[in-house]
Amino acid sequence: MTPGPRRSRAGVGLLVLAALTVLTLDARRGEGGSPLDPVRSAIASVLGPAQDGATMALRPLTDIPQHFEDLGELRDRNEVLQAKNDQLIQQLRVSGLNQQRAEDLVGVRRLAGAKDFDLVRAEVVGLGAAQSFSQTVTIDAGTRDGVRPDLTVVNADGLVGRVVEATAETSTVLLIIDSGSTVGGRLGESMELGFVAGDGDVSDSARLELSLVDHTVSPREGDVVVTWGSRGGAPYVAGVPIGQVESVHSSPSELTQTADIRPYVDFSALDVVAVVTDSADMTTRDTAGGPR
Amino acid sequence: MSRALRAGVVAVLIVVTVTLQVSIFSHFSLSGVVPDLAMLVVIAAALVRGPDYAAGVGFAAGMVLDLAPPADHVAGRWALSLVVVGYLIGLARGDAESTALGTVFMVAAGAFIGTSVFALTGLVLSDPGVSVASALQVVPRAMLYDVMVTPLVIPLVVMLFRRLEPADRW
Repeated sequence: MTPGPRRSRAGVGLLVLAALTVLTLDARRGEGGSPLDPVRSAIASVLGPAQDGATMALRPLTDIPQHFEDLGELRDRNEVLQAKNDQLIQQLRVSGLNQQRAEDLVGVRRLAGAKDFDLVRAEVVGLGAAQSFSQTVTIDAGTRDGVRPDLTVVNADGLVGRVVEATAETSTVLLIIDSGSTVGGRLGESMELGFVAGDGDVSDSARLELSLVDHTVSPREGDVVVTWGSRGGAPYVAGVPIGQVESVHSSPSELTQTADIRPYVDFSALDVVAVVTDSADMTTRDTAGGPR
Repeated sequence: MSRALRAGVVAVLIVVTVTLQVSIFSHFSLSGVVPDLAMLVVIAAALVRGPDYAAGVGFAAGMVLDLAPPADHVAGRWALSLVVVGYLIGLARGDAESTALGTVFMVAAGAFIGTSVFALTGLVLSDPGVSVASALQVVPRAMLYDVMVTPLVIPLVVMLFRRLEPADRW
């Protein structure tokens, strides 16, 4: 049974047809989702934990380049910190009064029933390749930890993205730098509203594009952009820093001004992130009343 | 080795490769581009077993890539790309099977075809992430990276596929 050209061509034709069928089925996803969703989540529930395990097992290996980088950096940082420490000790001597004030504020917030975001800590265990042209990552927290689609994901520096899919153990996060991602943003200085879109670049030179709703306002370099939030905190809670205005463009033909935003988060080195699982109290106080 | 067992080994190989590709190699990405380990497995299959077998392996590996997290694109796109890669490389193998340079050329060609077909389906389906400009950036980087890891991956996988070859082959 030597695979002659005819048989070979028929087999491959079948496989191409199968691929095209799957493609069509999945591309026509409607309100109820795609017919492939059950398969997808079944595979995710097996491969998600596998990615998690692989990341854990090889962490010592993948951390090696970091160690070398760290050594020089740590020496420099040590000096800076030493200087800062001296300065802080001085400040501490006059901070008694401020501390009293801060404690009062905490008390007031407790009275008002306000509470902080509830965060679920997670680690990035898988990264979508640029060859797939979509910027998504897998994190090791899932529905078991209270993660569900349309929750905000942040890290210590600012906004990372939102959850698009969650299984029991892991979830998929769409990064804000994905070309398909748009976030409602607010200029910290002037409170102007706009939309922040990604351009699909993950490198250090990745920039987001902010277009303002009101074209008479022009953003200034160095302005901070934060999320404006939406009712119920889905998909983005309000007040999370996104980035800083780096440069501003305007063209007479366009109705809105656009600005390049340098994101605070370094997307090429994502590691520990947090999912905002409960933000009801924040958003009822903070919604800007924007559409969506 | 029975037929089912051989298929099982290939399935395990595919799952392990895709897992490695998304979790380990993300630490070694060049502005997001990572080595297409799954594609290298398909190319190795094509070099050892020819177009028919490689197209099958390509379909399976592509489906796993399409459906495993963190994939967010329309499923079937990698499956289609890798079927095409497996088949074409399988057809072309006769000319370049034995030399190292030939293998490197096959990998470069495979990476070019695979990434391009994937990008083209994205353009057809008007995926927001795919533009001609971004494809032109990604395709050469993917080819370069795949060629770089070829000496580490291809010999191992080729050896495995040789061992999986049925002894009573015509």
